[in-house]
Amino acid sequence: MDTSTTNIPSPSHGDHAHSHDDSRNTVMGFWLYLMSDCLIFSVLFATFGVLAANTAGGPDGRDLFKLSYVAGETLILLITSFTFGMAMIQMHAGAKSKVILWLAITAAFGAAFIAMEIYEFAELLHEGAGPGRSAFLSAYFVLVGTHGLHVTAGLMWLITMIHQTMTYGLDGIVRRRLACLSLFWHFLDLVWICVFTFVYLRGML
Amino acid sequence: MFGKLTWDAIPWHDPIIMITGAIVAFGGLVLLGLITYFGKWKYLWTEWLTSVDHKKIGAMYFIMGLIMLLRGFADAIMMRTQQAMAANDAAGYLPPHHYDQIFTAHGVIMIFFVATPFILGLMNVIVPLQIGARDVAFPFVNSLSFWLSAVGAALVMVSMFVGDFAATGWVAYPPLSELGYSPTVGVDYYIWSLQISGIGTTLTGINFIVTILRMRAPSMKLMQMPVFTWTALITNILIVAVFPVLTATLALLAADRYLDMHFFTNELGGNAMMYINLIWIWGHPEVYILILPCFGAFSEIIATFSRKPLFGYASMVYATSSIGVLSFFVWLHHFFTMGSGANVNAFFGIMTTIISIPTGVKLFNWLFTMYRGRIRFHSTVLWTIGFMVTFAVGGMTGVLLAIPGADFVLHNSLFLVAHFHNVIIGGVVFGCLAGMTFWFPKVFGFTLNEFWGKVSFWCWLVGYWLAFTPLYILGFRGMTRRMNHYDIPGWQPYLVVALVGAIIIGMGILALIIQLVVSIRDREKNRDLTGDPWDARSLEWSTTSPAPFYNFAHVPEITSLEQHWDDKISGRAGVKPLHYEDIHMPRNTAAGVLISGFSLILCFALVWHMWAIALISLAATIGTFIHRSYNRDVDYWVPAAEVARLESNRYPEKQEA
Repeated sequence: MDTSTTNIPSPSHGDHAHSHDDSRNTVMGFWLYLMSDCLIFSVLFATFGVLAANTAGGPDGRDLFKLSYVAGETLILLITSFTFGMAMIQMHAGAKSKVILWLAITAAFGAAFIAMEIYEFAELLHEGAGPGRSAFLSAYFVLVGTHGLHVTAGLMWLITMIHQTMTYGLDGIVRRRLACLSLFWHFLDLVWICVFTFVYLRGML
Repeated sequence: MFGKLTWDAIPWHDPIIMITGAIVAFGGLVLLGLITYFGKWKYLWTEWLTSVDHKKIGAMYFIMGLIMLLRGFADAIMMRTQQAMAANDAAGYLPPHHYDQIFTAHGVIMIFFVATPFILGLMNVIVPLQIGARDVAFPFVNSLSFWLSAVGAALVMVSMFVGDFAATGWVAYPPLSELGYSPTVGVDYYIWSLQISGIGTTLTGINFIVTILRMRAPSMKLMQMPVFTWTALITNILIVAVFPVLTATLALLAADRYLDMHFFTNELGGNAMMYINLIWIWGHPEVYILILPCFGAFSEIIATFSRKPLFGYASMVYATSSIGVLSFFVWLHHFFTMGSGANVNAFFGIMTTIISIPTGVKLFNWLFTMYRGRIRFHSTVLWTIGFMVTFAVGGMTGVLLAIPGADFVLHNSLFLVAHFHNVIIGGVVFGCLAGMTFWFPKVFGFTLNEFWGKVSFWCWLVGYWLAFTPLYILGFRGMTRRMNHYDIPGWQPYLVVALVGAIIIGMGILALIIQLVVSIRDREKNRDLTGDPWDARSLEWSTTSPAPFYNFAHVPEITSLEQHWDDKISGRAGVKPLHYEDIHMPRNTAAGVLISGFSLILCFALVWHMWAIALISLAATIGTFIHRSYNRDVDYWVPAAEVARLESNRYPEKQEA
């Protein structure tokens, strides 16, 4: 992230070495959180790797995945990375209403992604390929679903931040939180690229 | 509405549980009544429950650990009694299903709700003081972490009276922990209590890494950090690296049980060994998470009471760090019998023996610290020496178990049980109790009674050896762990000795309680007016006892590793500053208590499949968190005049003493 977000003087007392709301501490803590979350995904990817072949006589990835549909999902999610980037550029420019606009666009695309994922899951369930069918499908649903839950949490955070930006303007706290949310959002995109590669593309081989 | 919860969930027919439940309920009511009678609710709420002061949070961790120690010990003495009785025709007094819950609860409680809170409590109390900080990096998160741990402990306690607890052993191996073999709510209690407290622990890990790396007094270099802070840093890195693995693993088990999935089942392609690998990828570093801060505490104690700088500071730091790294390469030694082949087993066996090298380095460092020192035999020193002797034996039996061939024979035997109690009691328990005695005055302003401290130590030491040496022997004789009944009469005498040992440990715990009561009674007599009752060496002893809520009126200047000691030599210690500055402090918040309260309801509802209540409490949890994010009044400034007033109240005392 741009470091200019992190040097916000405290309103009354100037720059103080031991301020508790030191943005740099928060961003560092958030990075650590992301790394811990990354480990949760690592476990899920490893589990998927171990169980991917255990279809127990049920359908495998080639039977189930529609690559073009998932490519659409991927495109939508990648667009949100771009739109969030735009929001951050506007934040540095101090353009409050444009920040809100780009955050809203990001949220809209994020919601579209979630909707597509829910539809995809519903179809699988409809075809009798639910998570209880085989270990492969359990691992698939949990890995992809955990990413989806993260995006959903990100959406709630986005909506909260849109409201906080409207309420407080682009002050130090809002900037700090947007910086963290931006990290979170790009992290989820990164995870999705791994999902797309190791779950869907590998599954089609 | 109430899911699976009915009146039948309460074990009416079991007199042991019902009587315990009645006593707990009665004790709880008396406690609540006393708080009301003395009108202490407001004090409790504003000064403790909503506090973000790291010293108070540390003290609360310790109180929780001590309460849970009583529960965990009650489980232990019940097991020892059962095994001392249940030979041949005698069935003992505990039916198998109850016995299985007891050994599971004992393990879970002792690791997650005794040892872990003790460690987190120690770090909370000491780390900010040792690095010259006024608080941790994220004080609200710290409060939240504590209360989430408390929720986990509460769930385990509730499980005793409403429903049952897991009867699977403390790591809940599938397929036994799957719905087909554990259809009751026991494993669900297990899952949610560990999930919620695990989240708290992860947050603590993040919090303390940032605290140690970013909140040190500006002039303190990494290699000027006291050894305890170093061990805390490595421990917190381990926490952040492995607790997410536990979270993910338990989530997968929950998915199997709640959503009919097949990660670890026998059917439809599940793989139980994957759970066992994953749980130990968390579980082995976890034991180092517990022991490293104890190593740190022993280091501080032994240097202080030998009146010498710690021998080999740098090697201590490197030993700690290498233990941290190596701890990730040993997990498979928990299941050499998995059948992963000779090469894999050899690798993990060798790694396990290698990890004992840095530990050996530490042991020699402590010995060389004592060598030609002027040792005072304070109770904390007794704990330290007791630890060095006991832990060394535990380490050696560990190296023995690290040899795959030997492990095939001793696997799952009482030898293993004796080994890990040897290192956990001799290392973690001794370390935490020593640390509690050592740093107690820094939080409460008076020292603990020495006589009862020493009684407690001798009971624990003698009790430990009496209780677990027979188990080593029984392990060699082929007695497996977790037996409710056995038909080899030759084992019984050993188990009777073990029971006697457990009773002596119980006397040690009793002495500990007496020590606390006597010390609180005599607190005026034992006031620590100097702020430095042990003539110690690191920064936390340069401020008053109890440390003011802002820790240091001035952020200390760091010029050396043993800042306080050097200040005492050069006469700079305890000099009253000429002027003060405004101090920035976090405000107390109820958000941690509230979020945790809602998540307690959430977890309870999930255990009993009360979906509506679960949904509402989930919304309340998230809502409270979001609401907190709208609170902009989270900190304040203590004016310099106020600091001057508080300090001048303390200085006359300090000078007199």
